[in-house]
Amino acid sequence: MSNDHNHHEESFFRKYIWSTDHKIIGIQYGFTALFFLLVGFSLMMVMRWQLAYPETRIPFVGSIFGDDGILLPEIYNSLGAMHGTIMIFLGIVPLAVGAFGNYLVPLQIGAPDMAFPKLNAASYWSYLVGGLVMMSSFFTEEGAARSGWTSYPPLADIEVGQTIWLIGMIFLITSSLLGSMNIITTIVQLRAPGLTWMRLPFFVWAQLVTSFLLVLAFPPLEAAAVLQLMDRVVGTSFFLPSGLVVSGELMEVSGGGSPLLWQHLFWFLAHPEVYVLILPAMGIVSEVIANNSRKPLWGYNSLVFATIFLGFMSFIVWAHHMFLTGMGTAMSAFFQTTTMIISIPSVIILSALFISLWGASIRFNTPMLFALAFLPMFGIGGLTGLPLGLAAADIYLHDTYYVIGHFHYVVAPGTIFGLFAGIYYWYPKITGRKMNESLGKLHFWPSLLFMNGIFMPMFIQGLAGVSRRLWDGGLEYAHASGVFHWNEFMSISAWLLGLAQIPFILNVFYSIFRGEKVDNNPWESTTLEWSAPSPPLPHVNFETLPTVYRDPYEYSLPGRNRDFTPQSEPKKNK
Amino acid sequence: MNIPYTVEERPDTGLYNAKLGVWLFLASEVMLFGGLFSAYIFLRFGAPAGAFHEWGQELNVPLATFNTMILITSSVTMVMSWASLKLNDFKKFKLYMGVTLLCALVFLFIKYLEYTAKFDHHIYPSTNTFYAIYFTLTGLHGLHIIGGMAVLFYLWLPGNKMWNSDPEQFTNRIEIVGLYWHFVDLVWIFLFPILYLL
Repeated sequence: MSNDHNHHEESFFRKYIWSTDHKIIGIQYGFTALFFLLVGFSLMMVMRWQLAYPETRIPFVGSIFGDDGILLPEIYNSLGAMHGTIMIFLGIVPLAVGAFGNYLVPLQIGAPDMAFPKLNAASYWSYLVGGLVMMSSFFTEEGAARSGWTSYPPLADIEVGQTIWLIGMIFLITSSLLGSMNIITTIVQLRAPGLTWMRLPFFVWAQLVTSFLLVLAFPPLEAAAVLQLMDRVVGTSFFLPSGLVVSGELMEVSGGGSPLLWQHLFWFLAHPEVYVLILPAMGIVSEVIANNSRKPLWGYNSLVFATIFLGFMSFIVWAHHMFLTGMGTAMSAFFQTTTMIISIPSVIILSALFISLWGASIRFNTPMLFALAFLPMFGIGGLTGLPLGLAAADIYLHDTYYVIGHFHYVVAPGTIFGLFAGIYYWYPKITGRKMNESLGKLHFWPSLLFMNGIFMPMFIQGLAGVSRRLWDGGLEYAHASGVFHWNEFMSISAWLLGLAQIPFILNVFYSIFRGEKVDNNPWESTTLEWSAPSPPLPHVNFETLPTVYRDPYEYSLPGRNRDFTPQSEPKKNK
Repeated sequence: MNIPYTVEERPDTGLYNAKLGVWLFLASEVMLFGGLFSAYIFLRFGAPAGAFHEWGQELNVPLATFNTMILITSSVTMVMSWASLKLNDFKKFKLYMGVTLLCALVFLFIKYLEYTAKFDHHIYPSTNTFYAIYFTLTGLHGLHIIGGMAVLFYLWLPGNKMWNSDPEQFTNRIEIVGLYWHFVDLVWIFLFPILYLL
């Protein structure tokens, strides 16, 4: 980091640890989130042993789980609950919003920093505390939460480990709220002169809508978490009905509450949360595709309006997760209608990105490969969601492996591929060096193959009626016997997917020191972040704050002497 | 290079950063209390007919009415303290801010009396769903009052040095904490009828 021009020297601690610089905080978020993604994935690799070879000794790590090395059902439940929690709340959201949002939004809008730098640091540290609290639950006597990441009561009200989970969630929610308020304020207030709304890069729009979803959807979950905490600690019965019978015995509860109340509050967050997971990835993919297809993004306006519409709609679809709860056909009819409507903007976005490729001379570098793979993978995830959105079909498919396959296609080869594309794409901005292309391709192709190897058979199992969250993977059930053998195939794919991440980890560290040195704009891109030095200057980003004269994606316009025109390049007098 | 629009307004949005920030924060607070209010509605419909009303008879309406007055008064003095700064009258600011804090203290004291009276009658959050939501809503509201008091107190005494160094930003800070204070007041205005009167 040599670009320290006439800026007062800060101590190492101030500069890299207790920093208020959005770039450092973004990197902190990035490394922490990638670490948690690896942890969450490792839990699943352990669980997949039990699914492939039920009740046999787990190799290498078996001794952690007891003397005979077999994964006990209660531990399996803990690992499952924590896999979901870690992947969503500690992995993807912090990476997509915390890391990418923090690092890139100020750069893309030509701002010196986020609007509230101290709040930004507070958001990261709150996230880290929340993460550590979650992790610490593994080492308590009771063990980690084991009621699923959805924490449905009555189970979650009475099962062990849940209290620490709730406390951890409150820290994570606080972190997300602080971060998203900061991102919205930054985008509204700190746009460079000339950067009007319809000149914003699509990534910024995606972050803006995502942040609004976080600000408005997370507090009801916080409310629900408070209520569940009250149930567990003070003995209220918000979610416990009168006459609750557990294991054949009547529970001593004050009663009168409703388990459905939790589901409503929870899914009011957790459905918008799906779009929190996917929108930043769409933003990243749009940037990468526009740049590497050397064409303006097709239908920029419709992309923007579709995203805003998507944001609004995501607040009125939540009960499509609850068709089986007996909430009534009128409610089901309403929510399945809104669910069908919300698929329209998603299809608009995906179509616009596909059409952007039409007639382009595409550069197939690693970020572009990940971005291109995102399109069909997210497409599969989205289309397989339609039957789940229809109440009649959902009655059969609900809580089967089909659901698991569906949302993992959205989040794993969808969002995570988008995030990988972003890491490979913006790495030169962060470090001044490119990531190694060969290692990148060694990362991409196996990842694509094994992702499908894991999740495609889930549709087969799910359609056969195999339930999710079964400790033995369906071994005990006659209807699963025809599809049980897929478990081994999926598990081997999962472990190979783990191996396929090694080139990526090596690449990240290797390229910091040995990557090809590049100038400020190695991808010949138009957006503002590429007019800053690489890495951007501490605390101020740009040598002089830029002014914007153009639309975000002026690629290959006729009559120009280069095939790209940066947003900050003044227009010549006509 | 400083971050722009920390004190002065951005011309095209008409806002300084912190003002937009606090409105977003209040939006999230609306959703937080909104979630709890919907829980209240859900539980009320789930309870036997008339039960919520009956359970609520134990509450002390005159005390709560008095508390409502107190909180509205504190909102008025909050505005007055901000207006005093706008009129460059620092002494009046300190007076009105002091009254605001005093009102908040009185509110909490009365809340304490109400709580202990309930506990004396062996009424706890676990008694029934009405008291579960009553204690949760008023408890969370009380925490908001305490949090607000901490900030008000800081700006009233130790933080008021900023008036000499940067009066404009100090006035902004009072405006922002004032917005929050009015919101907490407004939450009570909703809590009072649904818990005590309905």
